[in-house]
Amino acid sequence: MQIIENAKKYDVVIVGSGAGGGMATKVLADAGLQVAVVEAGPYFDPADPKTQTQFKWPYESPRRGANTKRDFGEYDMAYGGWSLEGEPYNHIDGTKFDWYRSRMLGGRTNHWGRISLRFGPRDFKGKDRDGLGENWPIGYEDLKPYYDKVDQLIGLFGSKENLENEPDGYFLPPPKPRLHELMYIDAARKSNVTVIPSRMSILTKRINKERGVCVYCNQCNRSCAMYADFSSGSCLIFPAQKNGGQVDLYVNAMVKNVNVDANGKATGVSYISKEDRQEYSISGKVVILAASACSSARILLNSKSSAHPNGLGNSSGLVGRYLHDSTGAHAAAFVPALMDRKRYNEDGVGGMHVYTPWWLDNKNLDFPRGYHLELWGGMGMPSYGTGFGPNDLNKYLGKPVGGYGNQLREDVKRFYGSVVGISGRGEAIARYENYCEIDPTTVDQWGIPVLRFHYKWSDFEIKQAKHMQDTFEELLTNMGGTMLGEKAGKEQNYGLYNPGAIIHEVGTTRMGDDPKTSVVNRFEQMHDAENVFVVDAGPFVSQADKNPTWTILALAWRTSDYILNEFQKQNF
Amino acid sequence: MNRRESIKSLLLGSVTAGALLESCTQASPEQLEQAIWKYQYGRTPAEAAVDTRLLEQTFFSDAEKEQLGVLANLILPPNEHGSIEEAEVVPFIEFMAKDFEDFQLEIRGGLMWLNAQANQESGQNFVGCGEIQQKSILDRIAYPIPDQDEQPMEVNFFNLMRNLVLTGYFTSKVGIEELGYQGNTPNVWDGVPQEVLDDMGLAYDPEWLAKCVDQDKRNDIAQWDADGNLMS
Repeated sequence: MQIIENAKKYDVVIVGSGAGGGMATKVLADAGLQVAVVEAGPYFDPADPKTQTQFKWPYESPRRGANTKRDFGEYDMAYGGWSLEGEPYNHIDGTKFDWYRSRMLGGRTNHWGRISLRFGPRDFKGKDRDGLGENWPIGYEDLKPYYDKVDQLIGLFGSKENLENEPDGYFLPPPKPRLHELMYIDAARKSNVTVIPSRMSILTKRINKERGVCVYCNQCNRSCAMYADFSSGSCLIFPAQKNGGQVDLYVNAMVKNVNVDANGKATGVSYISKEDRQEYSISGKVVILAASACSSARILLNSKSSAHPNGLGNSSGLVGRYLHDSTGAHAAAFVPALMDRKRYNEDGVGGMHVYTPWWLDNKNLDFPRGYHLELWGGMGMPSYGTGFGPNDLNKYLGKPVGGYGNQLREDVKRFYGSVVGISGRGEAIARYENYCEIDPTTVDQWGIPVLRFHYKWSDFEIKQAKHMQDTFEELLTNMGGTMLGEKAGKEQNYGLYNPGAIIHEVGTTRMGDDPKTSVVNRFEQMHDAENVFVVDAGPFVSQADKNPTWTILALAWRTSDYILNEFQKQNF
Repeated sequence: MNRRESIKSLLLGSVTAGALLESCTQASPEQLEQAIWKYQYGRTPAEAAVDTRLLEQTFFSDAEKEQLGVLANLILPPNEHGSIEEAEVVPFIEFMAKDFEDFQLEIRGGLMWLNAQANQESGQNFVGCGEIQQKSILDRIAYPIPDQDEQPMEVNFFNLMRNLVLTGYFTSKVGIEELGYQGNTPNVWDGVPQEVLDDMGLAYDPEWLAKCVDQDKRNDIAQWDADGNLMS
């Protein structure tokens, strides 16, 4: 098969259009560079009525919102899921890792939870405290100016709290708490658990004339047609184009490998077009990988050459290593005080209005790193599943469960909005033994070798989950709740989700000053190939208990400034 | 009218122009979707093609659909808010059986089980045996055995039917109105209504409230001082 070469030579070829790729596109195109963005999925604009799911009612679909086709329900705005047809991934030694991929312009930023937390000073230096994992080569002070710029460019709500490891930023004002959130505030305070307004990239106030203000529909996971939440397309890539940027989008283009010359310097990328199944190549002076931690690792490992026999940037053998995801567990309770509720619109923003950052000192605990708490509940829009087990909660009231007839209508209405839940999201230790690598036995439908995963939780994560379960129980009971279901115990790893399930996978191309123990340097530049950068979550040395997106954005901006500086010095 | 015929009639306004239909079914899935589909809810072309194929298929026989309708009406009889028919519960159940094939055997077998019971006791199928007899059968399967994981097939079947009927109803237009859900509409959310707070004996903490959004200023473009204090 002949490879079709694109005659145009770009300054920069960016692989992937999510948070990292979008930010690099915006900064580099604004500075006048010629940018190619190569995305494995189709074009997507949250404002396009043809693909819009925001404001759709369940009865506008024959499956009423069920998740038979999209894993988080059919209105969720991710073209992808835990498995993609024709693009498998495998596991080693029966270990588990769930890999969520979204193939579309903007990637997973179209449906993500918008929880936008800066890493704090302690999050960059975990090893200093407990000797585990590795420190980042940079600290909070290096990223602070970029977090500040991200806040103002993209916008998030939050509040100044002066908490040491939850740095304040440039916040828009948060929304008022919902009813169950007021109850949670009291419950948390009763147990000396910190509770503050949540921090989410949703515009409660206008930040410019191009983007709208939140209309409180609670549907950020459907991607906002008013551009009032952060999605990479609406907030970074489209503005870069409108600003006169020279941005060429290559969509439905599945990148296979980075091409290098005889000296091992990158010359561009090769991709398979999903439209005609032909292989194409695009050349650029600089290649930026932003395909997501595991996809970028896969591309690097599939980029073998005489100069890079183990894969591009893999002289350390660490590409794919130190893979880690946030820990996660949850519990829910029935709160009788929330039965028979007076009806009013309780949608609010797409997620919680209040949350709990990590509030304890691990010195006094049997696990090394912290977790935060996310709260859910309320009188949400009905969807497939509403009305299942219509009077199961009767068992907590000593009444019969089951039956038929119009009493069921009354049961559903009585219990509506009376269940509240808490999810914990914590920091796992990055370990060499947890990794992804190329599976030599399998290719995907594009002929590209696929990944296989090896990942085991350690006792640290399991003990952390145990602590989460105790916290959930204490707080939900404080709210007057009765816990639903059996408390997850040792047999169930205390309800700890499979690795990957929280979709915060990071660490596969970790940064460091020593090329023997890291893949990229402190500017996300590959030690082995100076014109290749990684701006997704691959370079994370550790994940903190924070959601990774805000740090991906800050790092990608910082790296893009570095790239511009190198261009000015004519180093590329 | 079965699903295929109803699609034909939606497409053509009648079911007689067979030749025209032939040519139309040569159209691409996208064109077919545009032309015949009452559901417009943001599908990718591949998803639309799958859903169009499902909508064109028939799984339940007319007799099964009639039985599903009778059963659904026993589970949730009509009231002043709405009915099984208004909520389109049976078409929803049929779609789900095609969309999630695990349902097929359980529902089809369960309907047969109901007929067998009815025949044994009154010599008639479930639909024909009268409400008193129907309810006497349901009374035996509508209550799970407490504190027991494993339930008999017929209890599991009825549980599935109750779930699908209730969710079909409460995700319909009439059902959502009856439930009283007030959202899914652009609005300016400004906290819990005072009367609700009063009923619950709760109040906003003034210190917390001071941090929250002033909705009168939501359209003023945000400006901060050098310390990140919001100035607008």
